Amino acid sequence: MTSICAEGLKHRELNEAIRGVDGPCRVEACCGQRFIAAGMSDKELVIKGVPGNALGAYLNGGRITVQGSAQDAVGDTMNAGTIVVHGNIGDAAGYAMRGGKIYVRGNAGYRAGIHMKAYKEKVPLMVIGGRAGSFLGEYQAGGVIVVLNLETPQEKCVGFFPCTGMHGGKMFLRSACENVTFPQQVTVRPADESDMTELRGYVSEYCELFGLDTEVVLSSQFTVVTPDSSNPYRQMYVAN
Amino acid sequence: MGVEFIYPEFEVVRNDARCIACRVCERQCSNEVHAFSAERGAMVSDETKCVNCQRCVSLCPTRALKIVKSDCTLRENANWSNQTIREVYKQASSGGVLLSSMGNPKNFPVYWDKILINASQVTNPSIDPLREPMETHVSLGKKPDRISRGADGKIVCELPPQIDLAMPVMFSAMSYGSISYNAHASLARAATELGILYNTGEGGLHEDFYRYGPNTIVQVASGRFGVHEDYLEAGSAIEIKMGQGAKPGIGGHLPGAKIVGDVSRTRMIPEGSDAISPAPHHDIYSIEDLRQLVYSLKEATEYRKPIIVKVAAVHNIAAIASGIARSGADIIAIDGFRGGTGAAPTLIRDNVGIPIELALASVDQRLRDEGIRNNVSLVVGGSIRSAADVIKAVALGADACYIATAALLALGCHLCRTCQTGKCNWGIATQRPDLVKRLNPDVGSERLVNLMTAWRREIMELMGGMGINSIEALRGNRLMLRGVGLNETELRILGVAHAGE
Repeated sequence: MTSICAEGLKHRELNEAIRGVDGPCRVEACCGQRFIAAGMSDKELVIKGVPGNALGAYLNGGRITVQGSAQDAVGDTMNAGTIVVHGNIGDAAGYAMRGGKIYVRGNAGYRAGIHMKAYKEKVPLMVIGGRAGSFLGEYQAGGVIVVLNLETPQEKCVGFFPCTGMHGGKMFLRSACENVTFPQQVTVRPADESDMTELRGYVSEYCELFGLDTEVVLSSQFTVVTPDSSNPYRQMYVAN
Repeated sequence: MGVEFIYPEFEVVRNDARCIACRVCERQCSNEVHAFSAERGAMVSDETKCVNCQRCVSLCPTRALKIVKSDCTLRENANWSNQTIREVYKQASSGGVLLSSMGNPKNFPVYWDKILINASQVTNPSIDPLREPMETHVSLGKKPDRISRGADGKIVCELPPQIDLAMPVMFSAMSYGSISYNAHASLARAATELGILYNTGEGGLHEDFYRYGPNTIVQVASGRFGVHEDYLEAGSAIEIKMGQGAKPGIGGHLPGAKIVGDVSRTRMIPEGSDAISPAPHHDIYSIEDLRQLVYSLKEATEYRKPIIVKVAAVHNIAAIASGIARSGADIIAIDGFRGGTGAAPTLIRDNVGIPIELALASVDQRLRDEGIRNNVSLVVGGSIRSAADVIKAVALGADACYIATAALLALGCHLCRTCQTGKCNWGIATQRPDLVKRLNPDVGSERLVNLMTAWRREIMELMGGMGINSIEALRGNRLMLRGVGLNETELRILGVAHAGE
């Protein structure tokens, strides 16, 4: 694996260096450089340190592993590929992502999975091992968001206003969610057997990556959130 | 009926002496106004469904039809107009938000019509474009502030990425979904033939149109529909849509009913699902955040394409533009309050935003005052109706203009302002295959080319009259403009003297 030391490199220089590498690539000493791997396809990238905002924006394939935390806008509008973050991620992760997977071991900031979508075989997946901030899955139009809250089950698994404007996709929350307030246009119910079978498919790769026991993770109660309508605004207008 | 009944706005006048009951009108009207009554052996009409799109009038082979404004109106009232009262009735019946299409039709001042253009007399002679070369070519993008030389003493000619246009006009953003496949095909082909650009809008780029890439601007809006790496690579420039003149501050909802077939595929969302563009970009709360989106797009396309940031003309537009000019954007597009739309809440369309003439003048002045005018090019839209408007816009400081309504008129739009129904009889604002095929892209693109060719000639005539032989020499040349009937504040903002001064 080719190594690049990111120390002192501006984002443009670092990205050029990464593009210049054939095959897998390791970035050492990353310190806040933004836009790493924006638009990248089919490359294996390992980052040590903390990548800056918009890591893997428009990602179109390949795999990014961050051995640390990442900042805001991870996987913005990503189309395919996998992003694995061993620490926490900042705000607006997976904004409008249409495909691929984001696996986070720690917590996610505000507005994770906002306007996530799905199209045919493209069903994006975001699994958050810790807690998610407020506005999780706002405008969610497709795809799957899973919040596991593995470390602090006594705390709320999501912040305020999750699922506002949700009109597609599905959300799994590892909690009874008695203390979470959802908007009116979604259905909130305990996961049933078929949900759990579906969830196993999402969680098993995650658990393997982070050395967790799938059975233990799945043994808790999960809440499923789905939208009531894919046309939430249909009745709002009158032709003039 | 009863309290809910509103007398039709239009009446169908059929000249029975001319009507041959050929039923063309019946077949042509997607609103189902016309029908043949076997009982009466004649055509009958249901005016309640008429939108006055003039399709039947245009296609009636015996010119037996006309659509007129109904004289059955409520008692006149200068405060409560018939339109306002009708709107109250509609809302009282439905509880719905009023939804309209196309640009603001209200009687606000049109500053273009209060600005006059100069011409040379005696001294600084005018130029005859028929025998002298006239340059209408412009390039949009960041320009260096000064000439720099390399180590060998030669001038460094490398520029940041530019868009090259044969004339200072482009087709403004209209999404596939809001308009039809054939309308997009017409725009793409015409732009290619003319050496200008058209704009995908926020609905993605149909696979058939990737080949027009060099003449395409691809748009990234808050919904990010159809945005992926190939799409970003496809065009000559990428436009970040922050706002739209017809509906500043709000997002868009393309109803699920219009997300069918190719539209669903191009937007990359399931059929029948609403396409919701949130009002803000939820990752942009500041100029710094905008800078982040600008640079993420530059990185994703390796700095090969200029980035346009499009905003609606609103109250503090000069300060907003100053921020955008510092965000790394290469081009700022400003859309005035008269800009069109496929659907917008009526009250937003008619009451929000400011005229593009004032916005443009204040932005250009502000960027000059701050010494950052060369950081960006300025493109303005929001009702550019003629070559004269283009000339006035350039003289007020624009690098180029965006046109959309004028382009749709060339394609056959009759401005009936009911795009939101999806039943456009002219095959433009519809996805119904039987209606879409009414617009022939061969004819459509030719008519667009005709319109732009005529405008280009007029631009050259007007420039020649002023003694100017390059559009670059006209940009920001406000001495070429005079105001008529404008007050001192308006003249000050426009930066032009009153006629006679």
